[in-house]
Amino acid sequence: MKKRRWIEQALTWPSFGWLVIFFAVPTVLVFALSFKPADLSGGAAPGWTLETWRSLNNPAYPGIVWRTLWLSGACTVVCLGLGVPVAYWIARLDVRWRQRVLLLIILPFWTNFLIRIFAWRTLLHPDGFVKSVCVSLGWAEPNTQLLYNNGAILLVLVYTYLPFAILPLYAATEKFDFTLFEAARDLGATKWRAFRSVFLPGIRTGLLTAFLIVFIPALGSYAIPAIVGGPTSEMIGNKIAQRATTDRNLPHAAALGAVLTLVIFVPLGVAAYLRRRDRLDVTTTPVDEPASP
Amino acid sequence: MKPSRLPLVTALVVLVFFYLPIAMLIAQSFNAAKFGGQWNGFSFRWYQELWAREDIHQAAWNTLLIAVTSTIASVVLGALAAWCIHRYKTRTQRIHYGLIYAPLVVPDILMGLSLLFLFVNVGVQLNFTTIILAHTTFCLSYVTLVMLGRLQDFDDAVIEAAQDLGAGWGTIIRRILLPLLGPGLAAGGLLAFTLSIDDFVITFLVSGPGNTTLPVKIFSMMRRSSPQVINALSVIFMSVTFITVLLSQRLTRPQP
Repeated sequence: MKKRRWIEQALTWPSFGWLVIFFAVPTVLVFALSFKPADLSGGAAPGWTLETWRSLNNPAYPGIVWRTLWLSGACTVVCLGLGVPVAYWIARLDVRWRQRVLLLIILPFWTNFLIRIFAWRTLLHPDGFVKSVCVSLGWAEPNTQLLYNNGAILLVLVYTYLPFAILPLYAATEKFDFTLFEAARDLGATKWRAFRSVFLPGIRTGLLTAFLIVFIPALGSYAIPAIVGGPTSEMIGNKIAQRATTDRNLPHAAALGAVLTLVIFVPLGVAAYLRRRDRLDVTTTPVDEPASP
Repeated sequence: MKPSRLPLVTALVVLVFFYLPIAMLIAQSFNAAKFGGQWNGFSFRWYQELWAREDIHQAAWNTLLIAVTSTIASVVLGALAAWCIHRYKTRTQRIHYGLIYAPLVVPDILMGLSLLFLFVNVGVQLNFTTIILAHTTFCLSYVTLVMLGRLQDFDDAVIEAAQDLGAGWGTIIRRILLPLLGPGLAAGGLLAFTLSIDDFVITFLVSGPGNTTLPVKIFSMMRRSSPQVINALSVIFMSVTFITVLLSQRLTRPQP
């Protein structure tokens, strides 16, 4: 089948080549460029150096990396915490209503995300709605600043990524066999115990997907901290963009980009490990896919 | 057993949380006041101001042009990629699939940064073309995955049957592949289109001066002034997207 092979090559070439040129090569370039000296015109000068990596020793950076990690982590925890009950609620609805509620959940997120961040900035503004409600309820002092801090970033991060957590959690919950839950209760498990030892393991693929789909993009946030965060609540993404656009120090941006890439390997590694462990103990998994109604 | 109230309450709170900013945005866009703090009565003032802004029109036009071009490019490339990955189970295709999948787990900021490096190193000017190249790259993965999903339900035997009956590839593509895979192409295309219109971070990094798209324009307006004009712009932008989404839901709904 010589001819077939030839056809395969010809059909594969366009997208394969495209991704090599515009994805694989640029990704490698990020690492390569971080070992180049900066050039005054915004490019890279010839030769190789470790200077850029040494300059990451800047005392400001560990703080920024740490903030990026904890804000993304907190966002993931809150999204999973809210997403599980919401997914559970939707999965137990009438089939006709499920589609409608899902559309209701996705619809706001078809709005451009800058617009949604901007809406939060207006809401949290010193003259905004949330502030006046909080003050009239006595939750906040008239001079409390709701914007430009880590709390505002976390709130908007959750707002942005929550639907992305709900969707995979719903997909997993919908497949969950709820009679198992009742069986656990009949055998004397408390509600909490049944939830923890039967329900959560049953939807673990959904939990894993939700974790990846929220945590990784949150690590790379740029626009959210840029709009609702202050100068003291920057994340890695802001520093990368600042070095690449305003300062035009590409090697420095590259080194920070390389740091972010390495940070992303952590959740990916965790997910790969959990998947592999899952595959090993499939035989002990009690959950079968129920036949669709 | 009394069912727990917790899921219902959480879901309602979450829905209010989701719609609160949008409701506020719509209300503010009709507020005559110059700042959002007080309500000065109903007015179309900001919509009129928007109508007069040439720079915003230009940005909207750029956004549309970029979206259409990169949608076409990514649908063509994505359909080919999905076809190959589905049909040939070779080692090349496993690498191919990896290349399609990897961009999905890379945050926007890294993708934008690496493309910026590529363009700077090759020495090309950042312009319209660089934005289109970048958009095609990130849309390609999504289109391919949508198409692959469609191909899973596709019965390859149909093609062999047609070949046995003497049909050439031209006929097969026209009479079998396009009608059967058309809805998948349309769904992938619409997804690419909305992703391209929506993108800010990547565009921001690879756009040169003077080729702004609407999101980049909104970002710079937010930093400067005129917040009320952004409200009006947002409401229009939002309505257009909602209509597109609802139409696409109609189009891609499985035929009975």
